[in-house]
Amino acid sequence: MKYSYYPGCSLERNAIAYHRSAMAVAAPLGIELAEIQDWNCCGATEYFSVDLLPAYSLVARNLALAAQQANGDQVVAPCSACFLNLSKTDRYMADSPELARKINTALAAGGLHYDPGTVRVRHLLDVIVNDIGYDAVAAKVTKPLHGLQVAPYYGCLIVRPGYQGVFDDPEYPTSLDKLMRTLGAKVVDFPLKTHCCGGHMTQISQPTAYELIRRLLKNAADYDADVIVTLCPMCQLNLDAFQGEVNKYFKTDYHIPVLYFTQLMGLAFGISAKELGIGKEFVDARPALSKIGVEAPEPEAPRRRRRGKKELPMPSMPEEE
Amino acid sequence: MAGSATPARVATFLEEVIAATPGDPHLELCLQCGTCGGSCPSGPDMDHTPRQLFAMIAAGLKDEVLRSNTPWYCVSCYYCVARCPQEVHITDVMYTLKQMAIREGLYRESSAAEVPEFSETFIDLVENYGRSFELGLATRYTLRHHPLNVVKMAPMGLELLRKGRMDLTPKRIKGLDQLQAILAKARELGGAA
Repeated sequence: MKYSYYPGCSLERNAIAYHRSAMAVAAPLGIELAEIQDWNCCGATEYFSVDLLPAYSLVARNLALAAQQANGDQVVAPCSACFLNLSKTDRYMADSPELARKINTALAAGGLHYDPGTVRVRHLLDVIVNDIGYDAVAAKVTKPLHGLQVAPYYGCLIVRPGYQGVFDDPEYPTSLDKLMRTLGAKVVDFPLKTHCCGGHMTQISQPTAYELIRRLLKNAADYDADVIVTLCPMCQLNLDAFQGEVNKYFKTDYHIPVLYFTQLMGLAFGISAKELGIGKEFVDARPALSKIGVEAPEPEAPRRRRRGKKELPMPSMPEEE
Repeated sequence: MAGSATPARVATFLEEVIAATPGDPHLELCLQCGTCGGSCPSGPDMDHTPRQLFAMIAAGLKDEVLRSNTPWYCVSCYYCVARCPQEVHITDVMYTLKQMAIREGLYRESSAAEVPEFSETFIDLVENYGRSFELGLATRYTLRHHPLNVVKMAPMGLELLRKGRMDLTPKRIKGLDQLQAILAKARELGGAA
């Protein structure tokens, strides 16, 4: 099965573990992912808050580039926000000829064109459970995750609102549950599985964001989850990197590692923890993974490399023209 | 209505919002049932629930609506959209209101006055590199708007760096000129509805 691949900015660095583990499990499942040449940021939610037409045009450049590629009729996006923006732009162009005309006028300034309906945008989970199927996944399992209790966290955008159709229930999806069971894990009940992690609210209003994160952690802890399994870089960052902050804020003591679903697939396939990017999480996953006999690597040591003067962690903007 | 015999009527605020939203947002169909506010993760911290805001829009309370922190507290989770019995495109309406608040300068009077600055910092970086740049976003936004938070946020930033989860330098796409030409044209055309 061949697809175009839109990693998105997060998978380049912050969610590098997602990218690595996705690649590691795609190969044995026969999923070929060809990265869209020179793709750009999808604009997250920020672009749409300020200026709509540039926001849609920004996204449409990626669709136009994908359409030029071999196997560009289907694009796989592992990040739920990228998945939403790409599918939404295609859908809105199809629904509104006037919007499509304007976007194409903008694209033409860069020598590009996009006809809505050309590209079908797929989330990586959708591709794995529906194109590859549970049986094919089960056939690759060599080290089943028996004894590991996982809380399947879908977040928002993978099932809502479904601009190019939905592959699972928007209120109570089950595909990730079933995938985890296929790997041998025990799936705990997780009523808040599609509740919001707070998105960028951590930057806007900490009380709002931390409360949403606390609820999710509490829900997973109440149902005895060893691990929260996620499929979105933003969800992973909020639940994992902010878990310590949330503990400080509410005087709680949660220690629930948050791993990508592809990392757990990789472990079940017998791929090494290091290759799957395990160790990059803030909340140490080793205690949980020891339950399934996984020798997880030591958390990453700092990268030692010489730094040029230009690389001091104080970014400067390009000169104003 | 050019060429018609009846004098032109000034559009109501409701009509303005609908016209500025791509596609048909069905906003005039709102039944005031409250499903949106009840489903909203940040509802408790909003000045007005989405339902209240839609009633205010229908009542023509433009300034009050554009001063509300509600659109800025929308996290784009689409819970309300999935559940709305009238299929109102609530998230899109919120985006429209954010842009109106920026245009009219009224966002500065809301309790979420710094949010557009966060968004604009993000956009600046994307327009200069073609990719988002988390370190640049965090440092520029925090230094400019919450300098005291630098100390608070630093440990997380350092940890991300240590784990190889943050770049020190931005990545630049090859087709940056092409992207900038597209964005400049889009801005020149204006409006997405």
